[in-house]
Formats: sequence, C-alpha cells, structure tokens
Amino acid sequence: MAAGQTQVVPQYEYDIIKKFAVMSLVWAVVGMAAGVFIAAQLAWPALNFDIPYLTFGRFRPVHTSAVIFGFGGSALFATSYYIVQRTCQTRLFAPGLATFTFWGWQAVIVLAALSYVMGFSQGREYAEMEWPIDLLILVVWVAYMTVFIGTLMNRKQPHIYVANWFYLAFILVTALLHVFNNLAMPVGLFSMKSYSLFAGAQDAMTQWWYGHNAVGFFLTAAFLGMMYYFVPKQAGRPIYSYRLSIVHFWALSFMYMWVGTHHLHWTAIPDWTSTLGATFSIMLLLPSWGGMINGIMTLSGAWDKLRTDPIMRFMIVALSFYGMSTFEGPLMSLKDVNALSHYTDWTVGHVHSGALGWVAMISFGAMYHMIPRLWNTQIYSERLVNVHFWMATIGVLLYITAMWISGISQGLMWRAFDEYGNLQYSFVESVAVMHPFYVMRTIGGAFFLSGMLLMAYNCYMTIRQGVREARVAAARISPAAA
Amino acid sequence: MLKFKHETLETNTGLLLVAIMMAVSVAGLVEIAPLFLIEDTVEKVEGVRPYTPLEQMGRDIYIREGCYTCHSQMVRPFRDEQLRYGHYSLAAESKYDHPFQWGSKRTGPDLARVGGKYSNEWHVQHLIAPRSVVPESVMPNYPWLLENRLNYADIGDRMRALRAVGVPYSINQEEYERNVKDFGAEMAAKFHIPNARESLVAQARFGNYDGDPTNVSEMDALVAYLQVLGTMVDFSKVKPEELVKFR
Repeated sequence: MAAGQTQVVPQYEYDIIKKFAVMSLVWAVVGMAAGVFIAAQLAWPALNFDIPYLTFGRFRPVHTSAVIFGFGGSALFATSYYIVQRTCQTRLFAPGLATFTFWGWQAVIVLAALSYVMGFSQGREYAEMEWPIDLLILVVWVAYMTVFIGTLMNRKQPHIYVANWFYLAFILVTALLHVFNNLAMPVGLFSMKSYSLFAGAQDAMTQWWYGHNAVGFFLTAAFLGMMYYFVPKQAGRPIYSYRLSIVHFWALSFMYMWVGTHHLHWTAIPDWTSTLGATFSIMLLLPSWGGMINGIMTLSGAWDKLRTDPIMRFMIVALSFYGMSTFEGPLMSLKDVNALSHYTDWTVGHVHSGALGWVAMISFGAMYHMIPRLWNTQIYSERLVNVHFWMATIGVLLYITAMWISGISQGLMWRAFDEYGNLQYSFVESVAVMHPFYVMRTIGGAFFLSGMLLMAYNCYMTIRQGVREARVAAARISPAAA
Repeated sequence: MLKFKHETLETNTGLLLVAIMMAVSVAGLVEIAPLFLIEDTVEKVEGVRPYTPLEQMGRDIYIREGCYTCHSQMVRPFRDEQLRYGHYSLAAESKYDHPFQWGSKRTGPDLARVGGKYSNEWHVQHLIAPRSVVPESVMPNYPWLLENRLNYADIGDRMRALRAVGVPYSINQEEYERNVKDFGAEMAAKFHIPNARESLVAQARFGNYDGDPTNVSEMDALVAYLQVLGTMVDFSKVKPEELVKFR
C-alpha cells in the first residue's frame, strides 16, 4: 500500500467527541460519588465532619451539578456532535469553536463545584452558579449553538433527522431558560455575590419554569434525541413510527413549558397558574408515552436482542423507566397527591427514577455503543456490561423503593392527628423514622456507583485496546516508512 | 389553500428553529408574564418590610450554607401545617426576598415562621451542635458560625445591589423620608445605606444574638435573620376574606 494513504482525512471530527465522552464518564464517577456521600450524610450526620466545605448544604449542589451538567451535559455534547455529523453526513462546522465548548464546559463544572464548597451560591436549585460562571456558560452555549446549527446547515442530506430536532430544541430552550432565570444584580464587579432580579412569588415562578424545563429539555428532550439515534442503530432497524415522532416532538415542546408551576402547588402563587400547570402535566403523559412507545416498539420483531445484547437491555430498561417516571410525574402533579408528596423524599425518589433510570441508563447504552466505534474497536468485555446493567438496575430499584416508603411515611406522619385533634407526631419523630430508608438509599446509590466504576474500567480498557490496534495497523500499513 | 407539510420544516433549519421557538414561548407568555403585570399576585398587608442590614447578612449566610436544600419557607394552607407552623405564608411576606427561599424539601421543618419560637440561646446551641438539643436531628454542626467574625465590609454594596432590584433601601434624604412614612423612623434609619455599618453593629450589640456583645459574629447575623422570619405580619389584624382574593 502506498504510504500516502495513511494521511487521509477522517470522514468525521471524532477528537472532540472522544474528549467529551471520556469526561462524561469522569463526571459520572465524581458526581455519583458525591451523591453517595451526601446520601450517607443524611443517614449518619457525623459525616459532615464539622468542616464547612463538606457540609450537606454546600455539597448537594456539587452532586447535582456534576451529574446533570458534568455527566449529562458532557454526554449530550458528545452524542450531539456524533449524531449531527453522521446524520448530516458532514464534518462539524467550526471545529475550533467546538474545542472551545469542551474546555469552556469543563471549566464551568470545575468552577461551579469549587465555588459551591467555598460558599458561593445563588440559592436557586439547579442554577446555583453565581453570575461570573453564568456568563461563561452563556458564551459556551452560544458557541455550541453556532457549531450545531452551522453543521445542520452544511448537511449533505435534504432532511434533518429527528434526533437533531430534539437536540435543537434542547439547545434553544436551555439558552432561553438560562438567561431569564439568572438575571441578577452583582454586588460588585469583583464580588461573586449577586441578588436575583425578581423577588418572592415572581422569582419562584421563574425558578420553577427554569427548574422543570431543565428536566424537560436538558434531561428529557436531549436524551430523547440520543434515544432516536442509538436505539434504531443498536437494534439495526428503523424507528417504529415516523409520524409518531413528529406528533410527540411538537406536543412535548409545546406542553413541557407550562408545567413548572406544579412545583408550587399550595404555595403563595395564584391558584390558576397552579391549576394550569397540573392540567398540562397530565396532558404531557401522552407525548411522553408516545416517545416511549416509539422507542420500545422499534425493537418489535427483534425482541430476542434483549436476551443477547446487554447494550440493548440498557436502552429498553431506560425507556421503561422513562415511561414509569412520566406516569408518576403527572400523578404527583395532581394537587391532592402533591399535598402529600411535596416537601418529602417521594420527590427525590421521582427525580432519581428519571435521572438514574432514564437519563443515566440511556447514556450508558449510547456510550457503550459509541465508544468502541470512536476508537474503531470492540468493547473490551461484554460480560462487564452485563454486570453493570444488573448493578445499575438493582441500585435504582433500591433507591426509589426507599424513597417511596420514606416519602409517603413522612407525608402521612406530618398530617396525622390524634383522637383529640392534635398533631400526632412532632417533626423530629418523622426524621427518626427515616433513618433505615436513608441507609437503604445509600446502599442503592453505592450499587449504582459501583456499576459506574465497572463501566469506567471497561471503557478505559476498550480505549486502550483501540489505541493499541491503531498503532499496530499503522505499523503494518507503512513498514517501509519506518 | 395553503398546504402544510412537515417536510418543509424538516428540510429548512431556519424554519425549524423559528417553529420551535414559537412552540416553547407560548407558555411563558401566558402563564408567567402576567404575574409581573397583574396587581393581585401579591397581597397588600401591613408590616412587611425589607430586612435590616444584619438580617440581610444573615440571609446571605443562610444561602451560603445551602439551608434551602433541607428547609422550606412556605407554609401551605392545611390544618396540620397551621397547627405545626402557623398561618399559611403570603406572597407579600417574601416580596423583598431576592432570591426567594421557599425551598422544595423538608428534611428539617419549615422555617417560614420560626422567628420568636425559640430563644437566641437555643438557636446558638442548636446551630453549633443540633443533636445536643434534638437528639434525632440529622443536621450538620455549624461551629464556625460562632467563631467567624461577620465580614460586613461590603454591606453598603449589597444594599445598593438590592436597591437596584427594587428593595426600598434609601441613599438620599428624599428616599429616607419616604421610608420614614412607610416603615417608621426606627426602621427607616436602618434602611439608610450610608448608615448601614453603624446600624448593623448596633443591632448586633443590642440584640446580642450570639451571647457575646463584644464582637459581631456570623452567628449574630444568622440568628437575627431566623428570629425575624414570619414575624412581620400581625395576623390578628388581617381579615381572612381579604386574603382569599389573592389565591
């Protein structure tokens, strides 16, 4: 073979995807370890060690930011860059800008985590980053938007594939939410502290409009985009229904934005907004299940893959958890159910059935599919994938079962009256009852984290194997050059 | 007749982008924007006032330590919550809260009406070592609150930033006099930004929240904040039928 052929430009820009893929695994380990740590703190408060930097209050946003923005965000950058190139059959637009999104985004996560433990926080859930970090996020996001939309416009295909609609919606809405929810007045140019532009009820509405759509678009629409590419690929068949994907995409985009107020039932916001939020939450069941059905039915005729292919199993179980939590969500948005569930661990369990069961599992499936292809090799150990699958599944089930029991117990204890019409329990009695369930939740989290460590090891070995094979192949092609 | 095909959107990035933006903007315009415009989002009740400089510093510590991750500040209109915490929370009671701290989780109890329920000594002891007063508690110890001197060097800047987002702190005579009319002379003096440091120190000395009048600790600020929570409105003067209109 001619030596010159080794210089061929690869078809797609893979370097940037490799970087994001590796970092998503790193942040998954870090973020889940932080999660197990704070779960253990609730069971054994001595683990706060009387050190300000390690207390639950400061560490909890480290956990949420590392898993949502570190793990989830990096996985979305990686898969979106992968999918948009392959489905548009073109290389990334502005690769330099794409590299900037990588370093910028990693800096955001590191700075956010450091600033929280130092005590800098906006005090808004899932948007705790103070204003300088928010500005950096904005710059990175505009760069991301430019790369993604630019690549779409350079496509060699007339049609924009459905996965890209979801990613596009995710990118646009995240920009919108981020800007409006972080409007704040800094105390000074050299001060990290700022005060939200809005106050009280209006601030609450803005925050939960952000909060729920971060779930809706960051943690749902984008991961549906992931699903729409990787499930058909892994199954080796086309998506079940093209028509269903159109209907559920538009219904989801339109309806999600209304539902944030279900986080504020019975609070000091006007009742009509809360009723409207609940109504749309219930309607949202339809598009959500439309997506789930579309994903699962893609496998029809190839169900045997569930027995033979552990990656497929991850994806299908992820879709099942998606269906389960999008049923549970509307249920909890009913005002009467919410009166019981709000402020309790039930909410925490619901979030994790979505975050671990759906978001993490579909990402695991996508990563196991994508990483060997990026390094042009086979997965190091399929058996380890299988072990990971079971550890993750057992972990989620332990976690959400613990939170169901503790959440419903809390809700019932708080509202229990004795025969004289007095409150039956003091608050702290409900705290004491939680202990065994907090231990159980920690064990569930530890299972999930251990599975994640196996995945990190498996992917590390896969990458090492890919790098070695590439070196051998290169040596074989051009022995004369040596 | 104009015939619409979804293919038009699928083959045109710009149109797809515009269509998505339209689909996602309706909700915010219908559901959130009106809350800033209509008058009955926030009740008109007497007594609600901005925080004093010391209380505001305490509130900032509350946010720094992430207290909202375990404590709500929003009592719901249920019989059990009324018995446990007191009157349900009004929107007016957090109208100077930038940001709001209603919270979403009660690992510990609601704090919207914790003010005046316990003594200062109890709060200090409880914050340093919660399990010494409530054995079953899972709250972290906060010993550094008593050790750390409060850094209030930038209290003026903080109040100016809050003033910029709508809290009626005063920077000149005219605004000060408006505050005298709205909140009384004693409070208006505390809301006057040029006097911020003096009034902060005076409140800490006089209130003696941490049991040590010689210096101003972070504990002073946090306890001052906790002790004012939910105490501003005198509910014996509020007619329930007046409040219903705002629900």
